[in-house]
Amino acid sequence: MNWKNYFSTSIGRKLIVGATGLFLISFLVVHCYVNAMVFWNDGGKHFTEAAAFMGGNVAVRILEIGLFAGLIAHIAQGLMLWSQNSKRRPVRYEVSAGNKTSRWYSRSMGLLGTLILLFLILHLYHFWAPNRYGQAFDAAWREEDLYEKMAVVFSEMWVVIVYILGCISLAWHLMHGFFSGFQTFGLGTHKYKGLIRSVGIAFAIIIPLIFASMPIYMHCVGTCNAH
Amino acid sequence: MALNAKIPAGELASKWEKYKSTCKLVNPANKRQIEIIVVGTGLAGASAAASLGELGYKVKTFCFQDSPRRAHSIAAQGGINAAKNYQNDGDSTYRLFYDTIKGGDYRAREANVHRLAEVSANIIDQCVAQGVPFAREYGGLLSNRSFGGTQVQRTFYAAGQTGQQLLIGAYQALERQVALGTVTQYSRHEMLDLVIIDGKARGIIARNLVTGELERHFGHAVLLCTGGYGNVFYLSTNAMGSNVTAAWKAHRKGAFFGNPCFTQIHPTCIPVSGDHQSKLTLMSESLRNDGRIWVPKKQGDSRKPTDIPEEERDYYLERRYPAFGNLVPRDVASRAAKERCDAGYGVGSSKMAVYLDFASAIERYGKTEANKQGKHDANKATIIALGKDVVKEKYGNLFDMYAKITGENPYEVPMRIYPAVHYTMGGLWVDYELMTTVPNLYALGEANFSDHGANRLGASALMQGLADGYFVIPYTIGNNLADDIRTKAIPTDHPAFVAAEKEVSDRINRLMGIKGKESVESFHKRLGKIMWDKCGMGRNAEGLTQAIQEIRALRKEFWENVRIPGEVGEYNPELDKAGRVADFLELGELMCIDALNRTESCGGHFREESQTEDGEARRDDENFMYVAAWECKSEGQFELHKEDLKYDVVHPSQRSYK
Amino acid sequence: MQHYNMNLTLKVWRQKNNKVKGHFETFQVKDVSSEMSFLEMFDVLNEQLVAEGKEPIAFDHDCREGICGMCSMYINGRAHGPWHETTTCQLHMREYKDGDTIVVEPWRAQAFPVIKDLVVDRTSFDRIIASGGYVSVNTGNAVDANALPIEKQKADESFAAATCIGCGACVAACPNASAMLFVSAKVSHLALLPQGEPERKTRAVNMIKQMDAEGFGSCTNIGACEAECPKGISLENIARLNREYIGAVFSGSAQG
Repeated sequence: MNWKNYFSTSIGRKLIVGATGLFLISFLVVHCYVNAMVFWNDGGKHFTEAAAFMGGNVAVRILEIGLFAGLIAHIAQGLMLWSQNSKRRPVRYEVSAGNKTSRWYSRSMGLLGTLILLFLILHLYHFWAPNRYGQAFDAAWREEDLYEKMAVVFSEMWVVIVYILGCISLAWHLMHGFFSGFQTFGLGTHKYKGLIRSVGIAFAIIIPLIFASMPIYMHCVGTCNAH
Repeated sequence: MALNAKIPAGELASKWEKYKSTCKLVNPANKRQIEIIVVGTGLAGASAAASLGELGYKVKTFCFQDSPRRAHSIAAQGGINAAKNYQNDGDSTYRLFYDTIKGGDYRAREANVHRLAEVSANIIDQCVAQGVPFAREYGGLLSNRSFGGTQVQRTFYAAGQTGQQLLIGAYQALERQVALGTVTQYSRHEMLDLVIIDGKARGIIARNLVTGELERHFGHAVLLCTGGYGNVFYLSTNAMGSNVTAAWKAHRKGAFFGNPCFTQIHPTCIPVSGDHQSKLTLMSESLRNDGRIWVPKKQGDSRKPTDIPEEERDYYLERRYPAFGNLVPRDVASRAAKERCDAGYGVGSSKMAVYLDFASAIERYGKTEANKQGKHDANKATIIALGKDVVKEKYGNLFDMYAKITGENPYEVPMRIYPAVHYTMGGLWVDYELMTTVPNLYALGEANFSDHGANRLGASALMQGLADGYFVIPYTIGNNLADDIRTKAIPTDHPAFVAAEKEVSDRINRLMGIKGKESVESFHKRLGKIMWDKCGMGRNAEGLTQAIQEIRALRKEFWENVRIPGEVGEYNPELDKAGRVADFLELGELMCIDALNRTESCGGHFREESQTEDGEARRDDENFMYVAAWECKSEGQFELHKEDLKYDVVHPSQRSYK
Repeated sequence: MQHYNMNLTLKVWRQKNNKVKGHFETFQVKDVSSEMSFLEMFDVLNEQLVAEGKEPIAFDHDCREGICGMCSMYINGRAHGPWHETTTCQLHMREYKDGDTIVVEPWRAQAFPVIKDLVVDRTSFDRIIASGGYVSVNTGNAVDANALPIEKQKADESFAAATCIGCGACVAACPNASAMLFVSAKVSHLALLPQGEPERKTRAVNMIKQMDAEGFGSCTNIGACEAECPKGISLENIARLNREYIGAVFSGSAQG
C-alpha cells in the first residue's frame, strides 16, 4: 500500500486530524505566551516587541505556512469525517442515549470546530490580515501596533462577547481534543490514560481562560483610560 | 441390518495410529473437486469445516444463527479436558480414557473413547496455536483445574468462558477459509431435509430464513454437526434455537438414532422462577470445586440460610459420597438433589432448590490470602473481604450472572441451584469413522451418540466436539471419499433433489395451512412438561407408557390446532419454531420408547425400578451392555438394532464414588 | 428480593423487511413479573399477539445467558438497555415499575440493515474477521502448548479483549456507527500474543480497510462504545489498534 492509501482509511484520516490537532495545541501555547505579555501593565511595551518579532521574522513566516497548512488539513479532514460519519446512521434513533454514555462535547467536535472556525475568521480579519496584507502588497507597509489595535477592537462590547464565546468553544473542543489526540496515537493506555485526561482538562481550562481574559482586560483598560 | 462399527483390529492403544497410517487418502487435485456440506457451525462444525477447507475440499457451511460464532458451544463455561499431565499428578491418556469410560457408566465404545483421549492433547496445542487465551500461571505456562468425576487436574480453561474462546478460535479458522474461498458460508439457513441419491447422502434442502426460499445444495458428503436435542424438554440450558431438526430429518431418511434416552441433567443450574421461564442458566460445575452443597436438616425449614447454624445443615453429598464429596459426577449429584427436594428438604420459594454455599471457601481463601500478605492476625472481616476477592477472581462472571438473574448477592447468601437438562449423550448412531448408517452422512460432536456413554463428565463435550472436527473427520472422510473421486458433482435438478424439495415445501404449506388456535410455544411447553415429568431425572415403566400416549395425542393436536402467523416467503421465526417443535414431538416419543426399553439404570438414565437399597443406580450389564440404535420405519414406528459393547481393556464394575 | 407485577406500555419498531419503511407500534403488556428477563417479557407480548391473530415481533436471541451475542435491542436510548455490562437477555424486569413506557428500536447503522422489526444483518462483522482476524495456522501444525510461555498479564489482557461477543452494541451506541471497538478487540486479542505476532501489521490494516468498506463510521474517540459494551471491552484496545496501524504505516514493508 502507498502513503495515500494509508492515510485515506478511517484511522489514516484520524491520524491527520490528531497530528494536526496536537500541532495546533502546541501553537496555542506559543500564541498564549505571546499574548499574555499584555498583562505586563507596561502600556503594551513587552507585547509589542514580541508581536513585532513574530510579525517581522522570516522563520516565523515560514512556520506560519505550516501552521495554516495544518489548520486547513485539520479543518478539512475533521469536517470530512464529520460529514461522512453523519451518514452512517441513515435512520436516527427515536430516543438517544444523550449524556448517559458519552459527553456532549465529544459528540459535538464538528459543531465546536465550526464555531471556532467562524471566530477565527473574525480574529484573523482583526489582527492578522491587515499586517500580512500590507507586508505582501504595500511597499509603504509599516507593522501596525497590535496593542493599540487590540484596544480599539476590544472597546466594542459585542466583539469581547464573540471572543469569549470563541474561547468557550475552544475550551470544549480541547476538553475532548487533547485526550483524543493522544488516544489516536495510541497513548490512551492504562498507565497514561489518567495523566493525559487530567492534563487535558487542565489545559482545556487554563489556555482558553488566559485567552478570554485578554479581550476583557483590554476592554477594561480601554474604558478606564476613557474615564 | 447388522450394525458394523468398523473398529480397527489390534491393540486398543494402537488402533487409531494404525488407522491413520493405513487409511486411504485423496490427492490434492481430487480434493478440489469434492464438495462437502457441513451443517452446524459450533465446535464440531466450525473445526471440521476449517480443517477440511485447509485440506482443499470445497466446503459449504450452514447455520441457522446470523453468524457461525453464535453456536451454542459458545456457552460452555468450565473447561476442556486433555491428558497433558502438565500438573504431574498422574494423568495419562489411559487415565483420561478410563475416567471417561467409567464416567459414561460403561455404555461407550472403548476404541472411540481411547482415540478421544489420544487426540485431547493435540486439541490444546492446536487451540493455543490459534491464539485461544487459556488461563495461565505467573510462570507463563498453562493453568489447570479439576472437574467433577475425576481426581486429577486436567481441565484447561479461560475463566468461565472456555467454550466461547474455543469457538472463537474455530470460527476464526473458519473465516480464514472463507476468505481464501475454500469455504462458502450460509448463515440464517436451516437444513430441512437430506437428499439421498443411489443410497448415499448427496445434499440437503435448506431454507433461507430471511427470504423463506428453499435452496438445494449438493455435496459428495454431508456432515451433521448440529448439537444436542435438550430443548425437547422446553426448559434446558440449551440456546433457544438449538434443535433436532437436521438430525431428525436424517433419522427419517435412514440414519439410526443411538441411545436417545441418555440425557444429562446438570446439577448446578439456577432454579425455575415462574411459568414465564424460557430457559435455564447453568452455573459452571467448576463452582463445585469450592462451593459446598447443602439443605437444612429439618423438612420445610423456612429460615434464611444464613440463620441456619452449621449443625442443622445437611451436606448431603459429603455425607453420602465421602471420597468424591461435592465432586461426584453430574448424574449422581443431580439425583441426590432431586432426592432431597422430593423428600421435602428443598429450599427457596418453590422448595425445588438446594444451596451452593461459598462461605467456607471464602474463609479458607481469605486466610491463605491474609497469610500471603503477612497479615497473620487478621480479623474475621478482613479475612472475609480478602476471601471474597479471591472468589471474585475465580468465579466473578458466574456470580455476576447469578446476581443479575436472581437479584440476590451470592457473595452474601448461598446460591440456590437445581438440576436442569443440559446435554444429550444420545444422538445419531455413527461408526468409528463417524459415519451414520446412511453412507456419506456423518455426525460429529453432540449430534452423534458416541463417546460419552450414558453420562458425560464435565469438560469433555468441548473435547469431543473439537476432536471430531479437527482430528478425526479429516482422516476418516478421506478414507471414504477416496472411492468417490470419480463422482462428478450432481446437478441439483436431479429428481431426488426435486422430490426432497417438494416434500419440504408440502410440509411447510401443511403447517401454515392448519391455522389453528394454539401457539407453537404452548405446544412446546406442554411437550416439555411431559418429558420432564416422565422422562426426566427419574423414569418408570408406567410414566413412560403414559408419556408415549400423551405425546402421540399432543402431536395429533399440534397438527390440527397450531397457529402460525405470518407468511412462508419472509422472515418468520414462528414458522421456523413450528418445524422444530414438530420434530421434537416425534423425537420425544422415541426417547420414551428407548427409556422404556432400557429397564436398567445407567448414567443419566435412572429407571426407578432398577436401584440399590440405598437409592443408587443399578446397572444391568447382562442384558443392556449395548447401544440401542433405532431405525425409523415411518412416523412413530421404530425398530431396535443392538450394537453390543465389548470391553477388552476395562472391566466394567458398579460405579462407586463413595 | 420483593417480587411484583407491572403493566407496561411498549413502543416497538416494526418494519416488514429492508425494502419498506418502518414505524413505531404501541402495545400494552399486562402482569409482567419482576422476575422475568426482558426477552421473556417479549415472549409474553408475542404470545399475546399470536393469540390476537397478529404477527409477533421479530427479534434476535439465542443463548439467553449473555454470551452468544445474538440479542440486540436498543432500549430507551440504550444499547442492551440500562444495566451496566449486561446484554438484553440478562436485563431483568425488576429494573422497571408499573406504568413505565419503554421504547425499543433495532441497532441502527448503515452497515447493519434491518431484516425485520428488531432483527438486523450483522454479517459485516464476519467479513471483518475474515479479512484478518485470525492466526494463519492449519490444523496439525501446532507445537506443544507449553512450548511457548506467555506472560500472565499479557495473556489476561488478551483474554479480556477476546471476550468480545460480536453483538454490535458498540456500533449501535457510537454516534458515528463505528465498529472500532469490535475491530480493536480482535486486533488486541491477537497482537498481545506471540502467536499473532507474524501477521499483526497486515491484520490491523486489512481489518480497518474492511471496516471502512462495510460502511461503518470512523472512530472519533467519543467513548460511548466502551460505556455500552456488555463485556466491558476497554477503549485502550482502540489505542492499541491505533498503535498497530501506525506501526504498519511506518514499518517500511510494502505489505503494510
